[in-house]
Formats: sequence, C-alpha cells, structure tokens
Amino acid sequence: MAPDGTPDLKVVGTRPIRPDGVDKVTGRAQFGADFQLPGQLVGKVLRSPHAHARIRSIDTSKAEAIPGVKAVMTAADMPEITSEEAFVGEGPADFKDMSGNTMARDKALYDGHAVAAVAATSAAAADAALAAIEVDYEVLPHVIDVEDAMVEGAPILHDDMFTSGVDPKPATPSNVAKRMVFELGDVDAAFGKADIVIERKYKTAPVHQGYIEPHACVAQYAADGQVQIYCSSQGQFMVRAYVAKLLGIDISEIRVTPLEIGGGFGGKTLVYLEPLAVVLSRKSGRPVKMAMTREEVFRGSGPTSGGTVWVKVGAKRDGTIVAGDAVLKFQAGAYAGSPVGPGCMTAFAVYDLQDVRITGYDVVTNRPKVAAYRAPGAPISNFGVESAVDELARELGMDPVELRLKNAAKKGTKAAYGPTFGDIGCVETLEAVKDHPNYNVPLEPNQGRGVAAGFWFNIGGESSATVNINEDGTAVVATGNPDIGGSRASMAMMAAEVLGIDVERVRPIVADTSSVGYCFLTGGSRVTFATGMAVVEASRSVVNELKARAAKTWDIPVDAVEWQDGKAVPAGSNAGDFEPLSLEDLAAKSGRTGGPIAATSSLNAQGAGPGFGTHLVDVEVDRETGHVKVLRYLATQDAGRAIHPSYVEGQIQGGAVQGIGWALNEEYIYDDRGRLDNPGFLDYRIPVASDLPMIDTVVVEVPNPRHPYGARGVGEVPIVPPMAAMANAIQDAIGIRLTELPMSPPKVRKAVDEQAAAEE
Amino acid sequence: MARIVLTHSACRQYTGGTAELESDATSIRGLVRDLEARFPGLGRQVEESMAVAIDGVMHQDDLTASIPEGAEVYLLPRIGGG
Repeated sequence: MAPDGTPDLKVVGTRPIRPDGVDKVTGRAQFGADFQLPGQLVGKVLRSPHAHARIRSIDTSKAEAIPGVKAVMTAADMPEITSEEAFVGEGPADFKDMSGNTMARDKALYDGHAVAAVAATSAAAADAALAAIEVDYEVLPHVIDVEDAMVEGAPILHDDMFTSGVDPKPATPSNVAKRMVFELGDVDAAFGKADIVIERKYKTAPVHQGYIEPHACVAQYAADGQVQIYCSSQGQFMVRAYVAKLLGIDISEIRVTPLEIGGGFGGKTLVYLEPLAVVLSRKSGRPVKMAMTREEVFRGSGPTSGGTVWVKVGAKRDGTIVAGDAVLKFQAGAYAGSPVGPGCMTAFAVYDLQDVRITGYDVVTNRPKVAAYRAPGAPISNFGVESAVDELARELGMDPVELRLKNAAKKGTKAAYGPTFGDIGCVETLEAVKDHPNYNVPLEPNQGRGVAAGFWFNIGGESSATVNINEDGTAVVATGNPDIGGSRASMAMMAAEVLGIDVERVRPIVADTSSVGYCFLTGGSRVTFATGMAVVEASRSVVNELKARAAKTWDIPVDAVEWQDGKAVPAGSNAGDFEPLSLEDLAAKSGRTGGPIAATSSLNAQGAGPGFGTHLVDVEVDRETGHVKVLRYLATQDAGRAIHPSYVEGQIQGGAVQGIGWALNEEYIYDDRGRLDNPGFLDYRIPVASDLPMIDTVVVEVPNPRHPYGARGVGEVPIVPPMAAMANAIQDAIGIRLTELPMSPPKVRKAVDEQAAAEE
Repeated sequence: MARIVLTHSACRQYTGGTAELESDATSIRGLVRDLEARFPGLGRQVEESMAVAIDGVMHQDDLTASIPEGAEVYLLPRIGGG
C-alpha cells in the first residue's frame, strides 16, 4: 500500500515507454544548439588566457569596425552589482560574484574567464572581432592547488575577502572564504574509548560534470524591452531569475522557453551565456545565438571542487565505531561557494555515530568557479571516510559489509549531522549487497573487491503543475521542470494513477516560464518528489471536479459519487442506479456541465526522504601498466518507491559510471602558467561503454511517508560511494592504499613500483 | 517547549558558542522571531541561510511549519543538490 492509502497501484511501478523517446532517438528533439530564430546573429566570447590578471583596459573599437560585427560587449555593459546573497539556484548565490563570473570586470581570475563578447552576422566575423579586441592585462601570480592557496603569502584573488567563521575577524584578506565547524557530542572523549584509530589524509581532483551537450542559448531583446530566451538549462525559472537580477530587468519582462537538455548533473544550475546574449541582442537589435565549444565548457564552466580530506575514525574491538573527526578543504574556484557544507554534513551520515566533528574550509583558487555536481560535496568527504572505514575493517579483520551493518544508520538513529532519521533504507541497501551473487564471486590474483556506502539528503521545494482534461478525455500535464532524468514519464504516470487512465492518454509537457506556475529548478533529486506532489494534488482536484460534474449529471450530491478506475460511479445503492460515466464521457460534455476541466497546484514540498546506497565493485589491476579494469559493479539504493523503475536504474547506473570516471581518470591538468592543458574529451578521459561492465542495480523500496506514493530522490546518491568503493577494491587487489584521485594508470604504476622497491 | 540544537558554527557564533537552546515557538516563523530577539542576527541567519529539521523532517523556505511541544529541532545549513 502506498503512504497515501492507495491499496493497488496500477501505473506507478510499471515501465511504460518514455514520452520523449521517439523525439530523442529520431533527432527531432530540439536541444540548446538546435534552436534558431530568423535573423539571428552569432555570439562568441573572448576568454582570458591568464589564470590571474588585472584588466587595465579593453579596447573594442577595432572589433566594432569589422564588417558584419553588430555588437561588442564587456562588463561595462552590465550593471555593477554590490554584494547580495540569495538562494535562487542550487546554492547561496552572491550576485556580485555571479556577475563577475559571467563577465570579468577588474580582474580575470582563471584561464577561460570571459572578458568580452561579440555578435556578428557570421562565425568568421565574430572570430575576427574576438581577435581584434585589445585587452591590456597585468599578469599576476596565480594559485591552483587548494592547500597552496591557504598558505600565508599565497597570491590573493580578492582583496575584500576575509575569512568568515573565525574569531576574531581577520584583519588581512585571505583565499579562505569561510571556516565552519559541525560538532556533536564529545569527540575527544569518545576517541579515548576507541581500541583502534585510523587516521589518514586523502585528496580528490576537481572534475567536470561532463554533460554531452555544451551550454547554448538564443536570446531576443525586443524594442519594447521584452526578452525571450530559449536555452537548455536545469531550470527556466532559475535562468529568468538570474538574468533579471544580473541585468536589472523586471522578471515580468523575461520569458524563458526550456529546450531539451543533454545532461546537466548540477552544472546547468547557473547562467553563463544567457545574460551575454541578452546584452548583445539589446545592443544589436537582433536575436543572438551563443553556444560553447567543448573547450569553452571545460575552461569556462564549473566543475565540482577538488579537495583534501583528513579523516580520523575510532572503533572498539568489536567493530563499534565510536568517534569520527574530519577536516575538509574544498577549492571553490575563483569565487567563494564550494559545497564544503554538505560535504561536512554527509561525511559520516551512513553511520550511527553520536560523537563527531567536521571542520570545513571554503577556499578560492584560480580555477573556474565550481558548480553543483550530483550530491555536491558528498563524494569528496565520502571518499575519505569510506576509505578509512575500509582500513578499519582490515585492522579489525571484519568483513567490510558486516562492519557497516553493525554501525549503519537506521530509523531512530540520530544522524551524524544531527536530526533523528525517520524511515530510511541504509541497512536494506547493505543487505541487498550481501544477498547479491556478486558478493560471493571468487576472485583471481590481482583482483579485488571493494564496498562503500553513501548518503544524500534529497530536497523538496517549490513546484507547480497544471492538469488539463481535453475534450476527448486525454490529459495534458504541464510542469516547469526540465526533464533530465525521466520526469516527464513519472509526472504522466502519477497523473494517470490518480485519474485512473492509461498513461498513454496523458501527455506531459515542460512549459515555459509564462505558461505554468513557478518551479524551483531540476536538481537535488527533487522533481519526482516535489513536482510529483503538485501533479498528484492537481490530478486529485481534477478528479474532484469530475465527480462534481457526474453529480450534476445525475442530480445527486457530490459526496454520493466515487471515482473508480477512471469512471464516476454512484457511491452505493442509496445514491441511485446510474451507468458509470467515464473520463471520456465527462470530458465530452464538460462544456455543458460547467466548462473546461482543469486544475493547478502550487506547493512547497517539505520532508524529502533521505537516500542511501551501497556499491560493490570487483576490479583487476594490471601491475605492468597500472590499468584498472572494472570486472563487476553492483549498486543498491533505496528509492522509496520507484515510480518508473527503469529510470531509477538508469539514474543509479549513470551515477556509478560518473563515479568510476572520477575514481580512475578524470582531472584537470594545468601548466605552470595556470592554463588548462586538457580541455577536451580526448585528454579529459570519461568512461565510455567499452570501459565498463554492466552496472547491476538493486532498487530497495522503503517508502517515504511524506510522498503520496512513497517516492524519494534517486539522482544524487549513486555518485557518492564509487570512488571509495574503487579505492577499496584496488587495495584488496594489490595491497596498496591509494589516497589520491584519480587512481589513473601512472599513479597505480608508481604505487606498485614503490611497493616493489619497499619489499626488496 | 522545543529543544533547539545548533550543530553549525554559523549559528553558534550568535549564541556565544551555546549549542542547545529551548524555545516556546510553535512554528518556524515564531522560532525565527524568538531567536532574533534573544540573539540578534541569529533569526535572520536561520530564515535566510538555514534548513530546519523538526523531529527529523527537513524544512527549507517554510516559515509555516509547526513545531510541536517537545520537538527536537536542528538548525542546519541549507541543502541543494546537483
């Protein structure tokens, strides 16, 4: 039974064909770069070749004189914004910083930082214009590594940045934007009770979200000041809000139409090109289309943080973990705002641990400003903690799954970040691993098995949905969330479940900002939960209206009508003897019974159910080349209730694969001048199908009581455990603990050589 | 009376390091008012930058949520996602 009391779900939990599938496999779907407007110009961005430089002046006169060039812009064409924080996108946004990241004003802070933009009638003219812009730079010392940026004497990126969270307030600027401490219980006393203490430092590399579709948009600024933006993003309302704020335009003047999105993973919860395209359109009087190249995506858009993770874990001889301590140093890129906060809160969240302390540092460096990436911050701290717990299991001589089961968070556990957990499925995911055949497959020499568990909060938030009943009894469900992970299907399925009709009779659409109520962006694994609740509420309102129309038709009270299997029926023999009225019947006569049938729901969903997952991987290490081959991979996860199980499995598989790439290969390589050496998929190696085995999944269902059907978010958790699981498997295979990502062939080979030298 | 727990230094800086408080507030809006009155700046910090977990259920941007008698309330940094 679903939490809402629905005894027998007919649509939820099935696997219908995805409503956007045909468009996508036939190439008919319009992604960001596919959209065109008549008379559009080509917009391009000039980017800094320096990691850190003061901009003395920018002369655009020669560029403006080139035939075909219709507009040239710099930061001087955008309002100068004073510091103001707000929470519109995925993290607390400082609009001064956001404006500066969109277009450098006084300083270029990383290789690839936008410094000017042009719009021209052809790409060739735009390229010529970029080449003709004269920027006078004063090159400054730069800093790339997070710990280098923290030392006294490091090049300072922002003269007005003073570390917050320390007492007394510092008198000198620093690259450390913030220090934070989470603390529960008495950590030092708890370590005194430990029989075994593991203490080690780990390091992760910044990695890009790796979405296949580069950022792209078309903007049109009309003579009356109305703005139309067509773009791929993780939230059309987010784009509208950010562009309005950055350019000083009323929100009512901006309409954003979402195009298909070819991956985002958090990286499209920001704006980069949209404000520039609007300015260029305003200056030129023509629509302007802008699209990043892959190189620009790497140089100019956000990766997630890299960081260092110092972990100390203490346990009793029987395997009871009694204390945890960690220090996280996350690089934020050029502006403050790394995900170190959630990194701290999630670090020990899979464990029942009452004495815990995590200290976090948010540190700026001369790299692109970080953006959200699935479960922001959690994979980094998890890599350290879950590697340390694996070492603990080895010290104790315990099976790593049994050690986790002994200490796993469960209903009633006080989370290591504070609140008491309700219904959660951490234990169930661990047991699913134990029950899976992969857990007992015999291993050969140089093969190893690793396990790690992970957590993410999941979120709710503001969502709207409109359900319209058409004259023929079909339905349209309109929401305002771009479909990244299958939300069209899940919205249609939940509406069909409530309406009692086939899901094929429900057409889900992703509406523009002027056609549906406000929706917070698609991120944080919130859409199936929060927007799904809006869809269910709107659908229930429609059902109530359908019952009212039947009551009118039969001249009986509305409470004498019930809705069963898509039909209005008398509630009992006392209500009268009437033939059921189907949704089609009622829709066909809606004009004569009160007019069109439609309902809208807008809500602010709270109580998203926390998510847990456990991953088990087998690897084989080639000691000669350092290559790590993934032999088997199992990911188990609590989905609460899988609305469309295929999409849930796809989310889990995708997260696992991205985590494998993070573990084994992905990293930014900078030269000694701070310029990115590998801004392309040839040299920035993400996993491809031939690198991987089938990613096996087990979906555990511990219903979230706050959702009508029990759903909880699934998109974040699966990227949390893979890095530690891989490191633990490599340790199991070759007896070497690798503590720094990526565990690429050169590093593995070096570690093997050092091991051999030590044994001689 | 609810038990209010401040795990994060961003909140403790307003209370002189105190990690636990009590409040008669019956909603998050009331809690914000109460905290602002007792520790100037903390109410605003909670309203603008924190999530509020009431008996384990997370609330963000929701001033209307009820705080039951005897509730356990944690003030945590806001949460996003990717």
